[in-house]
Amino acid sequence: MESSRQSRIQSLFTNLRNAGRTGFVAYITAGDPTIEFTEKLIPVLEKAGVDLLEVGVPFSDPLADGPVIQDAADRALKHNTNLDDIFSMIKHLRTSSELPIILFTYLNPLFQYGVDRFALSCKESGVDGALVLDLPPEESAEYKAAMDKNGLDTVFIMAPTTSENRMKLIADASSGFIYYVSRTGVTGEKSDVSAEIGEKVRLIRSVTNKPIAIGFGVSNPDQVSIIAKHADAVVVGSAIVRHINEFKDSSDIMQCVGEYVSSLVQPLKNEDR
Amino acid sequence: MNYKQFPDDRGYYGQYGGKYVPELLMQALEELTAVYQDARKDPAFKNELDMLLRNYVGRPTPLYYAPRLSAMLNDAKIYFKREDLCHTGAHKINNTIGQVLLTMRMGKKRVIAETGAGQHGVATATVAAKFGLECNVYMGSEDIERQRLNVFRMELLGTKVIPVQSGSKTLKDAVNEAMRDWVTNVRSTHYILGSVSGPHPFPMIVRDFQSVIGREAREQILALEGRLPDLMVACVGGGSNSMGLFYEFLNDTGVKLVGVEAGGYGVGSGKHAARFQGGRTGVFQGAKTFVLQSTDGQINQTHSVSAGLDYAAVGPEHSNLRESARCMYSSVTDKEALEAFSILCKLEGILPALESSHAVAYLLKNPPKKGEVVIVNLSGRGDKDVQVAQEELKKNGII
Repeated sequence: MESSRQSRIQSLFTNLRNAGRTGFVAYITAGDPTIEFTEKLIPVLEKAGVDLLEVGVPFSDPLADGPVIQDAADRALKHNTNLDDIFSMIKHLRTSSELPIILFTYLNPLFQYGVDRFALSCKESGVDGALVLDLPPEESAEYKAAMDKNGLDTVFIMAPTTSENRMKLIADASSGFIYYVSRTGVTGEKSDVSAEIGEKVRLIRSVTNKPIAIGFGVSNPDQVSIIAKHADAVVVGSAIVRHINEFKDSSDIMQCVGEYVSSLVQPLKNEDR
Repeated sequence: MNYKQFPDDRGYYGQYGGKYVPELLMQALEELTAVYQDARKDPAFKNELDMLLRNYVGRPTPLYYAPRLSAMLNDAKIYFKREDLCHTGAHKINNTIGQVLLTMRMGKKRVIAETGAGQHGVATATVAAKFGLECNVYMGSEDIERQRLNVFRMELLGTKVIPVQSGSKTLKDAVNEAMRDWVTNVRSTHYILGSVSGPHPFPMIVRDFQSVIGREAREQILALEGRLPDLMVACVGGGSNSMGLFYEFLNDTGVKLVGVEAGGYGVGSGKHAARFQGGRTGVFQGAKTFVLQSTDGQINQTHSVSAGLDYAAVGPEHSNLRESARCMYSSVTDKEALEAFSILCKLEGILPALESSHAVAYLLKNPPKKGEVVIVNLSGRGDKDVQVAQEELKKNGII
């Protein structure tokens, strides 16, 4: 049976737990600035120590994102980057990579593509799961069924404002891992780390033993270390996307991005747990 | 069929509606739903709202018989529901006065709003001033250009108007930015959403607060004509003035209901905001509804001479009313709306908002028969539009 086999994501977190290590999750926007660039970048990220990749599907109206990811989506949409482009890029990548990959998307592009067709394309191209930013579990029955049927993971978000009642609901709907957003707000870098993370994560762990990835606002190795104390994986998004854009005209952009991501991953290699 | 049974407890109007928002907002929507249900049962809330509608907003607004326009249109009997005579000049304050009372019940000290034409922004700034709340209004920079007067009014009222530079720089982008503010400040801030759009419970709450328009109109037309109207017409952007007028009449199936969308340069041009002509079902800014979008599900940029109708999605209840064929939806172009604007000034001495001019234009295009009783919602006054109208009337060869 499809669901009894461990997914790439589930294997990753099992391995991380066995090794006593916190994983590193990177976010990039597909097609920023081109889909060809994204395809070349992914192996660089993998080599730099990324354990799981969130591939952002560009959307015209990303209301949960700050300016860095809005701008990345605009750049990707200049070439009309769409789900088919992303699926064929990942399918090609799968001939040489086993990196766990989820799509990070708003609902409308997925809804227009067709929920069943989306799940099938994920499976056929080697995408391991998805996180739909504006789809709470209450609205997710059809999506969840299609993803489950194809053995794909469904990641849902918990937030500092999530009540205990909802934690259970979200944990039940989630597979692979749960994404905890460490502060209120949109995506983007922040200088401080929210003090309430530890308390909230303890609360989440009291309702579920599913892995927890923590993100939103993480941009330097110190923050990675602090978050790692509470998380099964740390997510960095906007800071990487900003870096890619800053070096976009440089001939050694791949090396620059690779070194930056390595520096973020570094604290997780020296962990003492 | 009971057309007033919606939404269901999940916030759906048939297959439309719902709560499609980031997790960060779910708690705020649940809180708002609970506070609203509680307020609805509280006689003190109703008394305070009624008192404010009477003494502050200036309700009831008149139902005015328009003799010269009626004579021009086959001697039909055309009435205007004069929402333009509300305090602040549009129907928008019916909703903001209700939502500010909910804000006080929640104990929140700050409100935010999006605005297109500026009418909802002004109405929010007004109630924020009255209740001593901090207020930020998000407005597309293109709309700021075409509605300068309203921007200054908001500033006079102590509100900070924040220009939105992203996307098409109009209403949808202002909503995105207001949502971003809300997810960041959700614990201290209430988002006074201005239309029957967005996630549940907003479409229901805004409709309920606006439905005072139809309740009054029903009573007034019965007193004046001794019967219900044959036809009611209102413009539809997000759809709050039309829902407000129509709601009380939904189960009177002898009353034909027509919503008029912004046809911009014409539906064939692609530059318009007629969701029911060129759109299809999608999920946008919190609700499943009709949306103007690309094959890939990217949201289209829209165009209308009227900033208040220039929006890519329509309130979910309208999508359901169209599907059940209870309401009919049509569109008129910028030019037709401008002609109606000009005619109403000259024939009745009423300067309508460009939004409301769309409803009048529908009647000019589809004249009623002799003796037919018609109510048009004159949702706002046109003072704010004088500058744009001057340029556009010239451009279109109307003056």
